[in-house]
Amino acid sequence: MGGLTKEYVLQRVLMWFLTIWIGVTLTFAIPRMGKGDPVSVIVSRMMQRQGYVENANEIIESYKRRFGLNDPIMVQYIRYLGNVVRFDYGYSLTRFPTPAGEIVRPALPWTLGLLIVASTLSFGVGVTVGALMGWRKTPAWLQNILPASLTFTSIPYFMFGILLIFVFAFWLKILPATGGYSRDVDPAFNWTFISDVLQHAILPLFSIVVTSMGGWALGMRGLMIGVNNEDYFLLAQAKGLSPTRVFFRYGIRNAILPALTAFALGLGGLISGSTLVEWIFAYPGTGYVLYRSITALDYSVMQNICNLMIIITATGVLALDLLNPLIDPRITFKKSAAS
Amino acid sequence: MAANEKILEVLDLHVQYFTPRGAVKAANAVNLYVKAGEIVGLVGESGCGKTTVAMAILQMVQPPGRIVKGEIRINGHNIVNLSEAELRKVRWRELALIPQGAMNSLNPVLRIREQMGDAIQAHEAISARDLKARVLSLLNDVGLPERVYNMYPHELSGGMKQRVCIAMAVALNPAIIIADEPTSALDVVVQRVVAQTLLDVKKRLGVSMIMIGHDMGLQAQMVDRVAVMYAGNMVEVGPVESIFAQPLHPYTQLLIESIPSIRERKPLKVTEGLTHDLRNPPTGCCFQFRCPRVEPRCLQAQPAMIEAGPEHLVSCIHYQAR
Repeated sequence: MGGLTKEYVLQRVLMWFLTIWIGVTLTFAIPRMGKGDPVSVIVSRMMQRQGYVENANEIIESYKRRFGLNDPIMVQYIRYLGNVVRFDYGYSLTRFPTPAGEIVRPALPWTLGLLIVASTLSFGVGVTVGALMGWRKTPAWLQNILPASLTFTSIPYFMFGILLIFVFAFWLKILPATGGYSRDVDPAFNWTFISDVLQHAILPLFSIVVTSMGGWALGMRGLMIGVNNEDYFLLAQAKGLSPTRVFFRYGIRNAILPALTAFALGLGGLISGSTLVEWIFAYPGTGYVLYRSITALDYSVMQNICNLMIIITATGVLALDLLNPLIDPRITFKKSAAS
Repeated sequence: MAANEKILEVLDLHVQYFTPRGAVKAANAVNLYVKAGEIVGLVGESGCGKTTVAMAILQMVQPPGRIVKGEIRINGHNIVNLSEAELRKVRWRELALIPQGAMNSLNPVLRIREQMGDAIQAHEAISARDLKARVLSLLNDVGLPERVYNMYPHELSGGMKQRVCIAMAVALNPAIIIADEPTSALDVVVQRVVAQTLLDVKKRLGVSMIMIGHDMGLQAQMVDRVAVMYAGNMVEVGPVESIFAQPLHPYTQLLIESIPSIRERKPLKVTEGLTHDLRNPPTGCCFQFRCPRVEPRCLQAQPAMIEAGPEHLVSCIHYQAR
């Protein structure tokens, strides 16, 4: 029988833990594989600022002791894992007394909001456009118009973002160029603030949706053309069902299954792409913070954001994995049924 | 209903597939009729146009194919030029299909009850309770257990799936059912069961049927009349007894000789030569390249269909009309 079995859920949740663990380990390992260490970077920055630091080596030593950088690598690793579980990444290295979490946390809602809306929109619109392009019964005028919506697919997110800023913010002056909300509007739960936020979100959202939906559309078009020739699709037509019913129940319903899997796999790319978009639009999300922390070599903030992204991506994939058996009765996880 | 009433008439049907390198003439001047309560077998080798004719009758020729000329009449009404909406009313009410390939003809992600139910719901206003009772009784009619109602296609065997298709086809008691190789891709035992189910259903409902197939043995057991196609042309039509006892067209003779026999070993004759390119058929008889009895006068024109015996028509110049 199809549907969610206990084994399937357990397997997926296990995969979720495993993915996060591997990702988190990588964010631990990669900075330690590099040449410089954060402490020397801080001290050298102090030297730049003041010309000369008297007891540089002692400062480095004391910092290293304080952050436990002299401990054996395994001890550091275990301590790090503990911190990850508690979402505690210590102090930001560039804005010292502020904990990394306090820098990242306010940025998170911006990114989550942008990503969730952008990914559902781009997938939803893309799949619909693709399904219509692949369906034989789509009116001819629509079939001629739809491919035009894919024109921007080959442009990278960030290039398209710059183009949008130029056209809509500088030229037409109808939308704000950067930021999450205007400086003169106080963040509060009222209409002025919400509409201001929405206005600021339009361009970043648009640049992600327009450039990424083409991929889904092209994939879905191919899947839909395949379904067009399936015996069950022909039989559904022979049964005299209404075209919309054939389209949804026998067309999209079947064609969307591989597309959903591709969507789960593509979430990571979408998230990394949105980092660049946030930077272009100076959108106050984690992508923007990540960019600034990279340029400032703020390791704790970097690690915090990377791990968050790993967790978000893995959770998105997990959610889609758990959704899959509900919409495709053939998928189920059983150890015995290996056919 | 008079016994000789023609339920389905195919008149001068031409179907062509328009490819970049010319039109493929998949059905040329095909004439066929099915009387009430009759099973007509449509036979011929792969690519001869059997399925094209079936799809044309259903008005489901897929692009780039198109019905170029001809009429298809159900109970006297031509359905070739109906609008999409009018056609939807005719479909399944009057004209049902038992598809080729039992494996893929059911949607893998919908339950049997949904797939059988929506065929009925598309044509009748019916309450949920009545619908369930109706579907269950249809399943019962084809000898399937009630639990199939809630199952998905992948949980059924090939034979069970094909019986679901039969149950679905008779759901609205249509005037005619087109069975496109209903037993191919099934093993012999299951073929027997499915064929028996078809015959039972036919006997009980008195439905007319066109049965497409290339298994001459199975045809001999099931159909009342046989229509033989070659390269898009109808070459011989006749009652099953007289076709098997006295095949007239050289192609039919080859087909019947090709039925393997347990008693004797004989060389296979039917593979001699290949069908010509359907884009540019030769002038003259369509079977000229493979015919053992070909003569110069065969190359002049496609012979007309003549009645060589009672209801026995053949398109070959070696025979004279009665």
